Amino acid sequence: MFDFTEEELNRYSRHILLQDVGVEGQEKIREGKVLVIGAGGLGAPVAMYLAAAGVGTIGIVDGDVVDLSNLQRQIIHTTADVDKWKVESAKETINAINPHVKVNAHREFLMADNALDLIKEYDFVVDGTDNFPVKFLINDACVMAGKPFSHGGILRFEGQTFTHLPGTACYRCMFKTPPPAGAVPTCSQAGVLGAIAGMLGTIQAAETLKYLTGVGELLTNKLLTFNAKTMDFRKINVKKTDKCPICGTNPTVTELIDYEQAACNLKNH
Amino acid sequence: MAKLIVNGEDQEVQLPATVADLIKQNNVAQPEMVSVQVNEEFVDREEFATLQLNEGDEVDFLYFMGGGAYV
Repeated sequence: MFDFTEEELNRYSRHILLQDVGVEGQEKIREGKVLVIGAGGLGAPVAMYLAAAGVGTIGIVDGDVVDLSNLQRQIIHTTADVDKWKVESAKETINAINPHVKVNAHREFLMADNALDLIKEYDFVVDGTDNFPVKFLINDACVMAGKPFSHGGILRFEGQTFTHLPGTACYRCMFKTPPPAGAVPTCSQAGVLGAIAGMLGTIQAAETLKYLTGVGELLTNKLLTFNAKTMDFRKINVKKTDKCPICGTNPTVTELIDYEQAACNLKNH
Repeated sequence: MAKLIVNGEDQEVQLPATVADLIKQNNVAQPEMVSVQVNEEFVDREEFATLQLNEGDEVDFLYFMGGGAYV
């Protein structure tokens, strides 16, 4: 019934041993198609853990090249990868971890005109981006297409994440519109402790695997926040709201929008 | 003094106080950037200055957080 080779059974044995996963769960993981948007601080641990876990198809969207300042947290890239396309560098690492994974390298930036096309063929989307215009774009595209996704944000010593399934609270239920360009700093401006990206990214990877296998309770209608200075974790209950501009009763956002990004972010990412 | 639960922790607050007053008392760095829930319902920004808080209210401040890769 399951055509895992002996090599695969051995590779995934620690999953298969888990009562909640088993061979059936591992098959669901193998059939899974996940799109990771951004091969940076969050996308790196997400893609690496999903690759190791045996997710059958991993798409990576990123139009950028590896910079030396990325390596403090973007552990999918190494010193030898500086100046390479991030999607190519990420693909090499994923293939090295697990040759069974099919990697789709989408070397482009996510925009209003390609977002729906890119997410279409995937089961689950992971937001690993560092800026609000794209975070809103991912939310809107996924809500419109009825795609589940994991949201992630980090700054300095803090992180926040939630998982969206159709019908549960979305990013705009919590934050109606993007902050004015430049009003809220991104990591490139304010800094971030590298390991925070790993903490949050691995939570997103775990949520993805939970979604694919159907194990446990997802972070839906919850915003998980943590502060690594105190290691305080907090789950805040959030509700889908009728007043939401995209998933509410009278939506005002009816098409995808490319919001403006502060110019300094474009240069100093 | 009345007891409110702010970001999951007890806080003594002098009533009457609005959401805007509480934001001020908590020294929120960029008040225009914070999203506020009272008793698990989001409050419209336009109501911050008028919505009165009551004893026992649970108030959450949610902050914008970027981070990840520039895409």
